[in-house]
Amino acid sequence: MHPAPSVIIFTTFSGLGFGLLFWLGLGQPAPTGWVAFAFFALAYAMAVGGLLASTFHLGHPERAYLAVTQWRTSWLSREGIAAIVTLLAGGLFALLRIWDVSAAQLGWLVSLGCLATVFTTAMIYTQMRTVPRWRHWTTPALFLVLSLAGGALLANRGTAALVLLAAAAALQLIAWITGDKRLQQSGTTLGTATGLGDIGRVRAFLPPHSGSNYLLREFVYVVGRRHALQLRVIGLILAFVVPIPLIAAGLSHITALVAVLAHVAGVLCLRWLFFAEAEHVVGLYYGER
Amino acid sequence: MTSLPSPSAVKLGLVIDLDTCVGCHACVVACKSWNTQSDLGAPLSDQDPYGADPSGTFLNRVHSYEVTPQDRPTQQVHFPKSCLHCEDAPCVTVCPTGASYKRQADGIVLVNEDACIGCGLCAWACPYGAREMDPAAGVMKKCTLCVDRIYNEALPEIDRTPACVRTCPAGARHFGDLGDADSDVSRLVAARGGFDLMPEMGTKPVNKYLPPRPRDADQIDILAPLLAPVASDGKGLIAWLDKALSKLPGEHS
Repeated sequence: MHPAPSVIIFTTFSGLGFGLLFWLGLGQPAPTGWVAFAFFALAYAMAVGGLLASTFHLGHPERAYLAVTQWRTSWLSREGIAAIVTLLAGGLFALLRIWDVSAAQLGWLVSLGCLATVFTTAMIYTQMRTVPRWRHWTTPALFLVLSLAGGALLANRGTAALVLLAAAAALQLIAWITGDKRLQQSGTTLGTATGLGDIGRVRAFLPPHSGSNYLLREFVYVVGRRHALQLRVIGLILAFVVPIPLIAAGLSHITALVAVLAHVAGVLCLRWLFFAEAEHVVGLYYGER
Repeated sequence: MTSLPSPSAVKLGLVIDLDTCVGCHACVVACKSWNTQSDLGAPLSDQDPYGADPSGTFLNRVHSYEVTPQDRPTQQVHFPKSCLHCEDAPCVTVCPTGASYKRQADGIVLVNEDACIGCGLCAWACPYGAREMDPAAGVMKKCTLCVDRIYNEALPEIDRTPACVRTCPAGARHFGDLGDADSDVSRLVAARGGFDLMPEMGTKPVNKYLPPRPRDADQIDILAPLLAPVASDGKGLIAWLDKALSKLPGEHS
C-alpha cells in the first residue's frame, strides 16, 4: 500500500492525542487552571491536527461532512462520529477542569470515547479482506496499546507507560512475525485471481498498459520493502528501546523530551512500515505483491 | 445508503469468454470513449497523455497471462477485467458518505459522484482493482455497466448493450441477466463451466469468466515437420562444398 504522509500523520498524531485525552479523562493526571489548559491544548492539537491531516488526501474535502452518515456499515463513518462526539465531550470536560469543576463521570465517558475512536480507526484497516496483513486482531490491539502508551508517556504516567510500551513492543513483534506469512496463508494467488490456476501454472505475461496507473501507485508499493528489516529495527529502537530505560530511571524535563521525541519518531516509522509493507491482493494481477 | 440491498432478482452483468478474447483492447478503447463523452459523470481523464510518462483512468483493462498445464503446451490467455458488480460488494459497505451504492432493481454497482469525497477506501476494499480514482475530477470512477446505454431508448435497440460488448470484434463479451437461469448468459455459463474470480474473498461476483479450452497436446506446430532439411545425399559442387566445409573446424552441427 502507498504510505500516504497524510494518513501516517493522521493515525500517529490522532492516536497520541486521543491517548493523552484518555489519561486526562481518567484524572491521571488531574491538573486545573493553566496546567490543565496546556495538557488539553496539547491533546487537542494532536488529535484535531491529525484529523485535519487526514482530509488532505481527499479529492473533495469540502464534502467531508457527508462522511458521518453511513455509520451502519462504514468503519470510516463510525470513526468520524466517535472522534467528533469525543472531542465535543472532551472540550466540555476540559473547560470544567480548567475552572476546577469536578466532572469525573464525564471524564470516564471521554476516555471511553478515546478508546472507541482509536478502535474504529484501526478497524478501517482491519476490515480489509484485500490486505491479509492487516486483517488480524493485532491491528486494533497495536493501535490501541500504542495510543495508550504514547498518551501515558505524555501524561507522565511512569509505571503505566513502562508496561504499555513493553506490551506494544511485544505486540509489534507478533504482528510482524504472523503478518509476514498472512498473504500466503490467505490462499489468494494469481491462480485464484484469474481463475486459471486449475488449468496450470499462471504467469503475468503482459501488463494492460505500458505506463503506470492508479492501482499500481496506490496498491503496489515495493520501495520500502527493500529496507524493511533496517526500518523495523530503527522503529523498535526509537519507539521503545530509547524511552523505556529513560522512564525507568525517572524522567527529568530533558529526558522526558528525548523520550517523547524518540517515541513519536519511532511510531511514525512503524506506521510508515504498516502501510508500505502491506500487500494488496490486486498486485497479484500485475504479477507483483 | 451504503447498506447492501437484499439480493435482487435481476442481476445484470457480463460473461467474458477467455477462449475467444484475442486481446485487441477494443473494449478498453470503447469503454474509455463512451465514458468520457457520456453525461453520466466526470470524463475519464489522462495525465501527460503525449508526454514521457502517460497515465490515465480506465474502467476496463486487458491483462495477458501465460498458463502452463502439466501435460500440455503453454497457452496465452487475454484477460479483460472490469467491475464484477458483486452481490456482496465490499466497496459499497465501506463508503462513509453513501456515494457508493448497489441498485436494488438490477444489481448494478454505481458511484454518486456528487457525494464522493475521493477518500479511496472503496478501491482499497475491491480485490479486483475495478475502481480507479480520477486525479482530475477527484472522485472514484468505475464501470457503470453502461447504465446510460442499456436502458436508453434514444439508441437503436442493437446498441442498448455496454460499449465493450457492442464493440468486441471476437464476440468474447456477453451481457445479460445472470439472475435468470434461462437467460442466454446463464446457459452459456452453465454449458462452459463459468467461474468467479477470487471466490475466497466472499464477494459473490455477478460477472463470470469462461475458461479457455485446452489446446491440442500432440503437435505444437503442424508445419514444423515439413520444414526439416531434406537433402542428405546431395551431388555435385554443392555436395562437395558441404563435405569440404564440414571438415574445417568451427562447424555448428
